[in-house]
Amino acid sequence: MAALTDLGIAGALDGLAKGDFSARELTEASLGALERARPLNIAITELPEQALAVADAADARRKAGEAGAMDGVPIVMKDLFCTEGVLTTAASHILDGFHPTYSATVATKLAEAGAITIAKANLDEFAMGSSNETSHYGPVANPWTRTGGDARLVPGGSSGGSAASVAARVVAGATGTDTGGSIRQPAAFTGIVGMKPTYGRCSRWGIVAFASSLDQAGPMTRSVRDAAIMLGAMAGFDPKDSTSVDRPVPDFAAAMSGDVRGLRVGVPTEYRVEGMPADIEALWQQGIDWLKTAGAEIVEVSLPHTKYALPVYYIVAPAEASSNLARYDGVRYGLRVPGADLTEMYENTRAAGFGHEVQRRIMIGTYVLSAGYYDAYYLQAQKVRTRIAEDFRKAYEQVDVLLTPTTPSAAFAFGEKGDDPIAMYLNDVLTVPASLAGLPAISLPAGLGAEGTPLGLQLIGRPFDEETVFRAAGVLEEAAGFDHRPDAWWEEA
Amino acid sequence: MSYRLQGATGEWEVVIGMEVHSQVVSNAKLFSGAATAFGAAPNSQVSLVDAAMPGMLPVINAHCVEQAVRTGLGLRAEINKVSVFDRKNYFYPDLPQGYQISQFTQPIVGKGVVTLDFPDRESVDVGITRLHLEQDAGKSLHDQDPTRSLIDLNRSGVALMEIVSEPDMRSPEEAGAFLRKLRAILRYLGTCDGNMEEGSMRADINVSVRKPGGDLGTRCEIKNVNSIRFLQQAIVYEAGRQIEIIEGGDEVRQETRLFDPNKGETRSMRSKEEAHDYRYFPDPDLMPLVLDDDFIERIRADLPELPDEKKARFVADLGLGAEDAGVLVAEREIADYFEAVAAGRDARTAANWVIGNLFGALNKSGKTILQCPVAPAQLGALIDLITDGTLSNRLAKEVFEVMFETGRDAEAVIDEKGLRQVSDSGAIEGLVDGILAANPDKVAEYRGGKDKLFGFFVGQVMKATQGKANPQIVNEILKKKLSE
Repeated sequence: MAALTDLGIAGALDGLAKGDFSARELTEASLGALERARPLNIAITELPEQALAVADAADARRKAGEAGAMDGVPIVMKDLFCTEGVLTTAASHILDGFHPTYSATVATKLAEAGAITIAKANLDEFAMGSSNETSHYGPVANPWTRTGGDARLVPGGSSGGSAASVAARVVAGATGTDTGGSIRQPAAFTGIVGMKPTYGRCSRWGIVAFASSLDQAGPMTRSVRDAAIMLGAMAGFDPKDSTSVDRPVPDFAAAMSGDVRGLRVGVPTEYRVEGMPADIEALWQQGIDWLKTAGAEIVEVSLPHTKYALPVYYIVAPAEASSNLARYDGVRYGLRVPGADLTEMYENTRAAGFGHEVQRRIMIGTYVLSAGYYDAYYLQAQKVRTRIAEDFRKAYEQVDVLLTPTTPSAAFAFGEKGDDPIAMYLNDVLTVPASLAGLPAISLPAGLGAEGTPLGLQLIGRPFDEETVFRAAGVLEEAAGFDHRPDAWWEEA
Repeated sequence: MSYRLQGATGEWEVVIGMEVHSQVVSNAKLFSGAATAFGAAPNSQVSLVDAAMPGMLPVINAHCVEQAVRTGLGLRAEINKVSVFDRKNYFYPDLPQGYQISQFTQPIVGKGVVTLDFPDRESVDVGITRLHLEQDAGKSLHDQDPTRSLIDLNRSGVALMEIVSEPDMRSPEEAGAFLRKLRAILRYLGTCDGNMEEGSMRADINVSVRKPGGDLGTRCEIKNVNSIRFLQQAIVYEAGRQIEIIEGGDEVRQETRLFDPNKGETRSMRSKEEAHDYRYFPDPDLMPLVLDDDFIERIRADLPELPDEKKARFVADLGLGAEDAGVLVAEREIADYFEAVAAGRDARTAANWVIGNLFGALNKSGKTILQCPVAPAQLGALIDLITDGTLSNRLAKEVFEVMFETGRDAEAVIDEKGLRQVSDSGAIEGLVDGILAANPDKVAEYRGGKDKLFGFFVGQVMKATQGKANPQIVNEILKKKLSE
């Protein structure tokens, strides 16, 4: 029998239901793998005692016939989700010692479904980054390495710890959040599935805010079906979040019929970005062929405002962030660095508490909202954002779902882009448009690139049509048959 | 009869506009469920949202929206069916989010009007520019600890309506009348308790001066004005200061000034150059506020009668004079009291009693109408006793004083003190006969043409009855007997 940690969510639920193993055994296996994977720096906080206690409760529930949708399944929680009584850091020095008295709605829903949180996962500070290098708690390492190389690669970001924990088979599922690609890009870099649902599908209540109009929680798993199961446990209307949408949560897994005959799949011309590596180009074509073979109709579509998406994103997201992060002022919780007067206390606290990337984005955001610049930057960006959403709306008159690569490159090595913010921001070029339009989008591993590391394909759907996205993703996953796994170098490390 | 200030170079006109922050009457805050009661222990009414804990999100309180719409309708203003909440960004310890949620470009209420009435001249219409909803900040306490400032977040997130007027006022009197009238309207509507001492109503005043009819001058904004008396003081001081500057050959600098109630002066707080850049932008945590017609019409249908309408009705239907009617409608509680007294009685008598004796007693005792020991029904019963001749006006006043002191009914006071009016003509005739017989010389003088002595005889009768004799009857009988 394979190791318990090799099981996906569906497999684990199956084994638990059959009584092949207990939630405690499964959790112990995950905790063991978590400990062995410490060289990856996945966790900011490990929660072994709490996890085992919850596992025992899960076993008791199952015995009593009251098991929830994810009962007994160990997961990792991105440390952007507030968790009651458990240190919550957003990977920032400024939240030192912050133990919330509340849990994020998504965390509560997962707990109610029976999922067992074994760790709070590392991430880019305040979810700002594409490589997990901006964390105050140090970078996360990608479980994958290049063929023949031993350079440590980044796991992507910002949900780097979550992605690495799933790819390294510590857990079968992890929560992520996606603002401009923070679920999909690390999923692509680590060879796993990452789903960003429609904006408004999951509650943002209790998630440390980065950019309120973009942030969405979503699942990170090793299979599309697992993502569908986990999203079902995370999603739903929350009256505490005015931007969450009051509509029923469908059975996402049930939507995976395996049949895409007649499905119209759009291939957006503008996503053929300049300098896209040949292996990504080839994989994209491969994806198109797989869906065509399965009976889908391929349609070339145009999203003319795509080239503005990245600049728009890097105006809107920092603008919102500059305001969202104003509450970290040293007055009520977290870090305080004293000063001679109030202004100096603010300056000292925020200078010491925020890392460079966070400071850069606060500066950009403050600038674009300033008198005299607001119209030229923020307001203009909002107008273009509307155009981008309009592009998608028009495309969906012709097609049911869009197929694109997830990233313009495979995972890169540490330091390769660290000193060039623009190069780093370019990583998000293919994921950002769907974020700006609030659309559901999934990344799934479709093959290995020229360097022997995973590459992802992205499917983008209509608002609240996660079902079609999952259906197409299931077929694509089946065709790709991605069964590569990283060498467990960290176990020997 | 325009208000003019005399400067060295001639007459000046003062131009006044106002921004009034009014706390919305609501049990919960604008974006959280925390309580809003005044005077609670520090930081006892603070939710996770009010303290701006990470990941917390605002959810609009529908009741506060309703209150704002109700106020807008009461100000005869446009209601904007789509409005937007913006963030006003600045750092201060009593502002936990680092921004105040307010409404900047698209407020919930647009243009309206408030009519000011004056006893001696034409009424004045003051335009309302807008009304918007916003969060209050917390309070910094600088006097609790020798080395640190402490923060009380009870007020953080409490709903305020900022009501902005046009610069339509031309004298301290008009400014005072505006604030009084606005307060009356809000109190009638039940949307703000108007309590300036507790800070639930605070005014910022924009003051500028100009030569009568000339172009608008540079204005200064005066903050921290928390009574109508201070408001008027601040305007007079500020206008004088500006006139002095201009006449001295300088220019008034646009700035924010603080009123010091101890010195009766304003002093500079920050200049235009030092003004914050608030970096307003739409709050991405909140959707635009969209109101449907049903919602607005339901509130409109439910509006109480407001002071202007009430005054018109008092004049037209009850036959009161405009001035009396104006006095009676100035506060909803007084109008309600008056109407209860006047129900089924002569309205003018009721008005006289309320405005004369009742107000006098309230003033003297420092009580408000709500603390009045005499219930409307009790005052009504007292008036009835005058009407049916049981009491003279003079006796009634005496009875009223006791009622006001003890809260007892008129009948009980009358019985206890034996104050019932003597209207028995036989008894009075007997008394009169006795008095005339005892004063033959005075009778002779009177009959000889000394009319003034009539008062003497009345006085004697009253003295003999301890003032209880019905004066009308006394007069009649005396006249009859003296002319015999």
